Amino acid sequence: MAATATQDALVAEGIVKRFGAREALRGVSLSAASGELVALVGPNGAGKTTLLSILAGIQRADAGSVNRAPREVGWVPQQAALYGKLTVAENLRLFARLEGVDDPSATVAEMLELTGLADRAGDLAAELSGGNRQRVNIAIGLLGRQDVLLLDEPSAALDPRQRERVWEFVLGLAARGTTVVYSTHDLQEAARHADRVIVLADGEALFEGSPAALGETVEREGGSHSDFEEAFVAFLRHRGH
Amino acid sequence: MRWLLLKDLRILRRSPGLVALLILYPIVLSVLIGFALSAGPDKPKVAFVSLVPPERGELELGNRKLDVSQYEGKLFAAIDPVPVDCEGKSPLQCRDAAIDKVESGEAIAALVIPEDFTDRLGGLQTLALSGPPTIEVFYNADDPVKAAYVEDTIKAELRDANLALTTKFTEIGLSYLDLIVSGGTVDVPVLEDIELLGLKRAEEIVKRARPDVPPAQQAELDRVIRFSELARENLDLSGPLLRSVREPIKIEQVALDGGSTSLSSFAVALAVAVSLMFITLLLAAGALALEREENAFARLVRGLVSRTGLLVEKAGLAAICSLVICLAMLVGLGLFVDLDWARAPLWIVALAVAALAFGALGVAVGAVTREVRAASLLCVMLSLPLVFLALVPSGSVAPAVYDATRAISALFPFRPTLDALDAALNDSGGLVGPLAHLGALFAGFGLLARLALRRFA
Repeated sequence: MAATATQDALVAEGIVKRFGAREALRGVSLSAASGELVALVGPNGAGKTTLLSILAGIQRADAGSVNRAPREVGWVPQQAALYGKLTVAENLRLFARLEGVDDPSATVAEMLELTGLADRAGDLAAELSGGNRQRVNIAIGLLGRQDVLLLDEPSAALDPRQRERVWEFVLGLAARGTTVVYSTHDLQEAARHADRVIVLADGEALFEGSPAALGETVEREGGSHSDFEEAFVAFLRHRGH
Repeated sequence: MRWLLLKDLRILRRSPGLVALLILYPIVLSVLIGFALSAGPDKPKVAFVSLVPPERGELELGNRKLDVSQYEGKLFAAIDPVPVDCEGKSPLQCRDAAIDKVESGEAIAALVIPEDFTDRLGGLQTLALSGPPTIEVFYNADDPVKAAYVEDTIKAELRDANLALTTKFTEIGLSYLDLIVSGGTVDVPVLEDIELLGLKRAEEIVKRARPDVPPAQQAELDRVIRFSELARENLDLSGPLLRSVREPIKIEQVALDGGSTSLSSFAVALAVAVSLMFITLLLAAGALALEREENAFARLVRGLVSRTGLLVEKAGLAAICSLVICLAMLVGLGLFVDLDWARAPLWIVALAVAALAFGALGVAVGAVTREVRAASLLCVMLSLPLVFLALVPSGSVAPAVYDATRAISALFPFRPTLDALDAALNDSGGLVGPLAHLGALFAGFGLLARLALRRFA
């Protein structure tokens, strides 16, 4: 599957990753335009996290290319990467300084405002709820003011209310022009928020398009579905997964 | 890197329990090791009972009297006597009271001088068939180490006691020989003093009488004079001979390897080396593992900090902290142990280089572990054997085993750290060799840590 637009904010082509004899990614390509929300979905072991790790520069691909250097994209890992013994503000300030932002204090204040955590700025990260930790986690990913944000299962392990707050925050970013690529196991979440979904299975990208287009594909292949989740299952089953 | 360093210091400041443990544990451990090595065994507490009645406390050797009761204190000066209350008790009860002291743990052993001790000792000069005096020793053998210690101590003390008695006997014997050679007065109890002529004066008398006897008998007198001369000359040699028999072998000790470090100074070097190792290893490994435990590692190394920079920061943090703590420890120990303060710059150099080597080892450990607890456990499991291996003395194990312990010790920073600190503190051996060794280990473990970080991250 080839990348399309040359003006895309993020373009990855022919990504291959092997772990020993096992091929985790088999020539996966991906593109995302400015302000676009792209969801990576697929069964466990499909290669979603590996693909995001390569896009973020944490792992090296054995083949293929990414048009952005690691520091040009914001990255939010699945597990909150915070120091529990530092306060929310100290965590933000530390990473702002490491990112080399011009005015760390102003940036921290802005992020606290953006995440709605200004009143928790002095709290230790270890004392935050899972949802708030994830919001700080995302805020740290945004400190470098990159226009591409990669999120690895951003709402995993959050309760519905916390999940809603995180998505409000992410959608707000996308509305301001940030390209968001995220992986998720929650297919309803992919259907609700993504402009496009990429279905990965066994290291291959099997589908790229809108959630509605996935349903149409399933119908064209003679399958039936009542929602996105059923369409997703039928799509994979039709391809032997 | 500066911000990471400040972050780690802030985290440490907010972990007072961890910091206290990190500082106190190695210090207490090292002080205990140092104390055990330097203090050595004190005078052993021994319940000492003499059942010799006071009126039989004197031993007659020829015309001399030896007060054995006065000798007891001198003979067993190396023990810490535990008093045994024998007031109103029979000798057997008194003996049992001494044994009770051992069984209750109040004394490590009981030494019982039997009633007939003086008699048997005196019998040695008359070739009586009663046999030599026997001292009874009671001790608990429940602990083989303690049993060996008691046996060695008592044997050493009895050897000294035998030597002291032999010396006295020799002196008395020599005085009799002197009487035979030179003559003099012998005080014989009951009887009057006896005047002994002696070989020398007898020879003079014979020589003076010789010209007055017929020539045929002069030859006989010449044989007597010749015998007297020979006997006198040979008896004169008896003194040195008897003295040499008393202690036939003299020992002259020459240390071929190592310096003249006293045990207490070595204990200081050891205590500081152990503390330095624990603090640096635990801090370096723990700080690196914490980055992964907090999931921050991946975020950091994707452009914010290089992996090498991260290793340098963790090793540097651990080295600085342990250097400060161990310097403070040295200053504290210097109040109790005589240290050469003029060598303080060398202490700092030795500590700094050793801390860096341990820091490199610490980050290598931290690089292969994902949790602080696992890293700490690995550090402790690694550290203790290193200390024991480094302290195995040559000759105490088979040569091949000793070579193996030396080879293993050389692969880790503890032994060279001990050598460097010993050289810096006590001027024993060169400092450059251990420092170069530590430098090589720093580079080696740094490289290993870097490879491990790429492999396991």
